[in-house]
Amino acid sequence: MNLNIFVQHFINALSLGSLYGLVAVGYTMVYGILRLINFAHGDIFMLGAYFVYFATIVYKLPWAVGVVIAIIGTTICGLLVDRIAYKPLREAPRISALISAIGVSFFIENFAVVVFTGMPRPVVQPPILMQPIVLPGDVRLIPLGILVPIVAFVLVGCLLWLLYRTKPGLAMRAISFDIETTRMMGVSVNRIIALAFGLGSALAAVAGILWALRYPRVEPFMGMTPGIKAFIAAVFGGIGSVPGAMIGGLILGFVEIMSVAFFPTLSGYKDAFAFCLLILILLFRPTGLLGERLEDKI
Amino acid sequence: MSEAMLKIKNLNVNYGAIHAVRDVSIEINRGEIVTLIGANGAGKSSVIRAIMGLVKSRSDEMTFISPRDNKPVSIQGKPAEAHVKLGISLSPEGRRILPQLTVEENLNLGAYIRDDVNGIADDMEYVYSLFPRLKERRRQKGSTLSGGEQQMLAVGRALMSRPDLLMLDEPSLGLAPILVEEVFEIIRTINAQGRTILLVEQNAFAALKAAHRAYVLEVGTIGLSGTGSELLNDNKVRAAYLGG
Ligand SMILES: Nc1ncnc2c1ncn2[C@@H]1O[C@H](COP(=O)(O)OP(=O)(O)O)[C@@H](O)[C@H]1O
Ligand SMILES: [Mg+2]
Repeated sequence: MNLNIFVQHFINALSLGSLYGLVAVGYTMVYGILRLINFAHGDIFMLGAYFVYFATIVYKLPWAVGVVIAIIGTTICGLLVDRIAYKPLREAPRISALISAIGVSFFIENFAVVVFTGMPRPVVQPPILMQPIVLPGDVRLIPLGILVPIVAFVLVGCLLWLLYRTKPGLAMRAISFDIETTRMMGVSVNRIIALAFGLGSALAAVAGILWALRYPRVEPFMGMTPGIKAFIAAVFGGIGSVPGAMIGGLILGFVEIMSVAFFPTLSGYKDAFAFCLLILILLFRPTGLLGERLEDKI
Repeated sequence: MSEAMLKIKNLNVNYGAIHAVRDVSIEINRGEIVTLIGANGAGKSSVIRAIMGLVKSRSDEMTFISPRDNKPVSIQGKPAEAHVKLGISLSPEGRRILPQLTVEENLNLGAYIRDDVNGIADDMEYVYSLFPRLKERRRQKGSTLSGGEQQMLAVGRALMSRPDLLMLDEPSLGLAPILVEEVFEIIRTINAQGRTILLVEQNAFAALKAAHRAYVLEVGTIGLSGTGSELLNDNKVRAAYLGG
């Protein structure tokens, strides 16, 4: 393996891992607050990809505009999911919301099949993102490969700033430990929950857009596998922990890309690695890498 | 002294079939320390939680008259998050410190409804002056505090909203005797600085000594009421709550 190929694999792993991380952050925020696995999150990611596809390819809007539309549209969808499928069940047993989540996921996927058809649609990549940059040593970098992790790290950085430096962030962290006490401090819990869904959906939209550019296509079930893997990444990193979700995503990305890079014969098992990782962490460190509490999880 | 701040008529709380609070009527006047004493399970926390809107309740009247504008507001059925804006705050039973937040963050959460950065900073200094231990530990997580420090943090946090009515649910629970003294001393100080206090206690002796007026709760109903010293000298109260 020469330097160029190694760099390609490294960038690839970094991109894939940061996309898992971006989606995982959404799972972890909602779980941290509501102890709910938002199964529809992967489908929200898919909607983000479709929004940008329609905006830029069908309606020929500039990418910048399409991205903004996609983020706003996806965020609204995420908020609607909470409002319609989860909010009425806040006082119900946790299993009810979980079942509702599974239902929403099926609904969005099949709704997408009806509206968008099941046919994968190709995404035209902006040439500027695909023109390789040649570095000394004949190392070639595709701008998209570098853009993905930069965007992901900047966004997660912003999210951490919000969580640790602002009042809504303080409320969000407080709610994840004790909803009742947070309420009596004057926090409107439903607003903070909506904020968590909104932020998680916006990040999923960005991930969906970048994913659509990377693979370049969109299809109604494109959120399933990345969604499950991002969920695993969130558990791996310690569900409830935002830095943990990002780290879990990166580790998963690296394990997946590097194992296939070094052992090409294993490429058929690529998707199984995520589950092996999940089983290992659940056996040896059930709280995940950065998770702190075990009681009443999952 | 006789201007009412909180008027409750015939408050009832049910938990399924358990009728935990029956027709309890309480009045709290501006500037008072009123204590609600009673044995474990008598319904003290249920009363205070009903006032705060944390449990469902029924009543003929539950009115809060804020000294800010003297307007009576019905708080019956209002959600918990509305109370603190009206000027009522609670230091709950069991302290309920947020364990992963620092002392400072816990206090900031208490000031969540406020936007006056300078006022919040002043009040934080005020809380630190009441509880200097908290200042030393302001960057530590709540979970690392001792029981006594957590109690101080719970009281401090409840003060951070600048409440007119401060409600304390068993602030002396589980504290070493010397700390109990200290906590009651601070309650008197806070009251002397103009805050009205509703104090729920199992430690009847200390509570009656500190309070202007008291209500005795017996399995969900008010058995007796009077001034703190009246009840301290009442034979029934002495027998039941003060160990003779
Ligand atoms: N959430 C609840 N569900 C069912 N019963 C409760 C609940 N909270 C309190 N109770 C019952 O109500 C009664 C009064 O409890 P509480 O108000 O906590 O009393 P106190 O604070 O005086 O110890 C007790 O019998 C208690 O078991
Ligand atoms: Mg109690």
